[in-house]
Amino acid sequence: MTAQRLPHGGTDLDRTRQLRFSFDGRAYQGYAGDTLASALLANNVKITGRSFKYHRPRGLMAAGTEEPNALMRVGTGARIDVNVRATEIELYDGLVARAVNCWPNARFDVGAVSGLLSRFIPAGFYYKTMMWPSWHMFEGFIRRAAGLGRPSAEPDPDRYESHHVHCDVLVVGAGPAGLTAAAAAARGGARVILCEQDARIGGSILTENCTIDDQPGSKWIHDTVEELRSHPEVVIKTRTTAVGYFDHDSIALVERCGGELLSARTPRHRLWQVRARRVVFATGAIERPIVFPGNDRPGVMLASAVRHYLMRFAVSIGQRVVIFTNNDSAYSTALALLHVGAHIVAIIDSRQNPPPPVLAMVRDRAELLLGAVVIDTMGSPVLRRVRVRDRGGHIHELAADLLAVSGGFNPDIHLFSQSGGSLRWSERYSFFEPGVHAQQTTAVGSCGGILDLSTALNRAHATGERDAASTGFPAALTPAPRVGSVSREPFHIEPLWQVDAPGKAFVDFQNDVTLDDIELAVRENFVSVEHVKRYTTCGMAPDQGKTSNVNALALIGELTGRTPSQVGTTRYRFPYAPIPMGVLGGRARGELYSPRRRLPCHAWHESHGAVFEEYSGWLRPALYLRSSESAVTAREREVLAVRESVGLFDASPLGKIIVRGPDAALFLDRIYANRMSTLAVGRLRYGIMLNELGVLIDDGVTARLAADEFSVGTSSAGATRIADWLEEWRQCEWPDLRVIIAPVSNAVSVFTLSGPNARMVLAKCEPDFPIEPGDFPHMTYREGRLASIPARVMRVSFTGEVSFEVNVSSAHAAELWSHLIKVGTDYGLQPVGIDAWMVLRTEKGYLHVGADTDGTTSPNDVGWDPVHKRNDDFVGRRSLLRPDNLRADRLQFVGFEPIENAPLPIGSHVRGHTTAQPSDGYISSAAFSPTLRRWVALGMLRAGRARLGEVVSLLTPHGIIAARVSTPCSYDPQGTRINA
Amino acid sequence: MLLIDCPWCGPRSEIEFRCGGQALLWRPQPFDQISDLEWGNYLYMRTNPRGAHLERWIHNFGCGQWFNVERHTVTHEIKAVRRLSQRPCPSMPTDRP
Repeated sequence: MTAQRLPHGGTDLDRTRQLRFSFDGRAYQGYAGDTLASALLANNVKITGRSFKYHRPRGLMAAGTEEPNALMRVGTGARIDVNVRATEIELYDGLVARAVNCWPNARFDVGAVSGLLSRFIPAGFYYKTMMWPSWHMFEGFIRRAAGLGRPSAEPDPDRYESHHVHCDVLVVGAGPAGLTAAAAAARGGARVILCEQDARIGGSILTENCTIDDQPGSKWIHDTVEELRSHPEVVIKTRTTAVGYFDHDSIALVERCGGELLSARTPRHRLWQVRARRVVFATGAIERPIVFPGNDRPGVMLASAVRHYLMRFAVSIGQRVVIFTNNDSAYSTALALLHVGAHIVAIIDSRQNPPPPVLAMVRDRAELLLGAVVIDTMGSPVLRRVRVRDRGGHIHELAADLLAVSGGFNPDIHLFSQSGGSLRWSERYSFFEPGVHAQQTTAVGSCGGILDLSTALNRAHATGERDAASTGFPAALTPAPRVGSVSREPFHIEPLWQVDAPGKAFVDFQNDVTLDDIELAVRENFVSVEHVKRYTTCGMAPDQGKTSNVNALALIGELTGRTPSQVGTTRYRFPYAPIPMGVLGGRARGELYSPRRRLPCHAWHESHGAVFEEYSGWLRPALYLRSSESAVTAREREVLAVRESVGLFDASPLGKIIVRGPDAALFLDRIYANRMSTLAVGRLRYGIMLNELGVLIDDGVTARLAADEFSVGTSSAGATRIADWLEEWRQCEWPDLRVIIAPVSNAVSVFTLSGPNARMVLAKCEPDFPIEPGDFPHMTYREGRLASIPARVMRVSFTGEVSFEVNVSSAHAAELWSHLIKVGTDYGLQPVGIDAWMVLRTEKGYLHVGADTDGTTSPNDVGWDPVHKRNDDFVGRRSLLRPDNLRADRLQFVGFEPIENAPLPIGSHVRGHTTAQPSDGYISSAAFSPTLRRWVALGMLRAGRARLGEVVSLLTPHGIIAARVSTPCSYDPQGTRINA
Repeated sequence: MLLIDCPWCGPRSEIEFRCGGQALLWRPQPFDQISDLEWGNYLYMRTNPRGAHLERWIHNFGCGQWFNVERHTVTHEIKAVRRLSQRPCPSMPTDRP
């Protein structure tokens, strides 16, 4: 194969701008407007990669997104794109590309030796060979040997955007049919989006000579685009690929904004999430190869691609050209090549009698071998000779440096299939075309199976007008474009699915699947196209079988005596073409992926040594580190501050939900496993909530604010979930109850003063309400002002010490926090983080729902028996009486004391008595208690409450440790301190 | 992505909604006369039709209202949306058994 740039021509080129680029470490030059593929060809680069499995040398085969061989790794450093088709990479100055699937480069690849072993890697090889002893033993080796590019290990420095758009008519593909449909719809005033994956608009007209409306095709394109741009509601997007068709006419487009245009202000790619009322597929057709031995040798190309490179990029490929076809279209390529002076050695047409007008096109200018087939190719590494069998069975060897192949066309029905449409086999053209549509779609042009340009434009025009009218924009009644001379003759094809000759004949070039593999699969009784696909991996490569699927299923049909329509197709899947992962993430990266919530007093915490950790979305101080202090020391210091004097804990994430209305008490009685209607105004009650399975889902302290108003307290993690839960029950189950639910968690901040001196600090805030124990007992609340700031103070404790939960508007939170810290100085008040808070509650034996409980824990398991206290219904009640909830050997909440003062790690299991039941429970919370100078632990133990005092064996990472089962509470079990 | 016609807000994208599973699950009552089998059916047994499916959705990033949807499980076509106060679909009763 010898390719060269012609001195003139090339509609895409800007010859005034030369660009430098490198491929596999060698420097080359191209022009602005080139793709990497055309520039490589212009530099006569023949080998552009190695094949996936056998590492065979491969060259460019196609010119569009269907290119299976020339997969590139483009870029340097952190900016690297992998597995990009060279045909879709627009050249820019300084571009650095490498071939994938090879090392050290595509010309010389060490992995190619495995080609010698290729006959030992048939279809299903992995399934058959890697069974024993374990796939995982082989996986690492295979993953390395198997190809595809290595991405950068650095974080992606680029920005990706995503947005939602709505339109009346989305036209996918800006070839002649797409342009016509878009223009017809736009004239009615509809909102139209026209997207084109190529950098240029025009589709097939760019590589064909035709006149439309008495003008050359290129002029018609220009005028039509100008007209479209004049409509304010029309959006035209080039470099934009429709990659997915989802439910209810939602379509994902990926726009390539980057390349050399990339600046700090442009995103690299943009995801368009389009909701369209009507969708027009004008995606064209893709030429398919013919399955014959040696069909993957560099120098074998699709005939339409040869024409594409010639007309758009002025690259003439091949000096001695053989053309192999079963249809008319390759003759246009022959003409185009003759026009630039290439020598057509022969046209091998597998048809006995091609239509005479087609033959007339090349008469006397090229040798014609009718009824002949190519049975092999030779040349290493690139094509030198083609072996042909003529209709008499004689073998000819022809010297050639290019074999241009056409096996017919496949309408690009990828998206149509994704949308749920069913396909129909066309006997006339031997391809699958759109059959029954499932969504609001129409396929036009060759995508719709219409190959005649004049008919295609008439239909496209009618479609555009109809779609606009059906979305409320009546047509402007303009005539459809008139097609004058066209090089496309009425298309004739005789299917040729394979050439009967020995040798490796490739069906799927990208996944290295050969005819032999498909025969083997069928021989092993894989008959369904779905099974053959998965067994052979045919069509499962990143190209999604664009050049291989139809050939494969036709071959399955031939081998099993069925027609292609009987074999059927697999449903095509998102994405149409590989897309960078970044575009799916868009801006949702890092902190924006899941924004962290910051407390109103975050700044204070930060400037006072807080070590933050994330708890259900909130950044909360785990502890406050003083200089030269370890985390353990800090935690113990904070614990002792609460036990000995006073601590201040930021509990703001606690859930607060106002439930109000005449039926509020009744509603909460049904929601809570314990009664709330009997709670007096001004008092607090601890409550537990179950789901319908009888499982404990949350707990918290609820205040009765008025006869018809409660403030429901939830755990911090449950704040949103429980508000949703209440709302669902109110709306769906008890719509008759007069009650409203208002989550106010973020509006109200909570600071907990806890410790023997808590009341002293509170007094220093000059409350305008009495706070002495007799006036303000445990489990009551008072409302008033603290330091002139309105607040509700609740006497409730999670530490075992006297505690005041100060509820204050988040707007005043920072002010009150600072005030508390200031007036607390006299008592040695210290801010306390979550770590110390958890130690305090573990000492006291207080349950932490979600830490100590799981999706099986019933209230009885943690010492509550609501069933026998109430005779009315509540959520989960009936489940508590199911046999499983009445078992005596359920896991129950207990404490553990170490016999010797050894650590009791969380997650340690209690050794069971039998091998059938190796675990008798586990430790769910544990800490070293600086107060008691020993470890304290809580956990679940089988029939635990009946085993108090028993010594059990704990399986810990440090060995087996003996512990005594106790009640959960290790600190002040009489509760004298809490009531002080 | 489904386009769901919220009976309060109009058509909105699926990302604004959450599906709450099968609709019209009547809570068996009274609790003290329900067998384990009946209760177990209410907790665990769900229809799994190929075709029309009645399910309840919430417009949780919108009006926050629950409503009933009749969706085809194969084509995802939404045949009807109904407020909870409306008859959920022509073939279903509004009154609870």
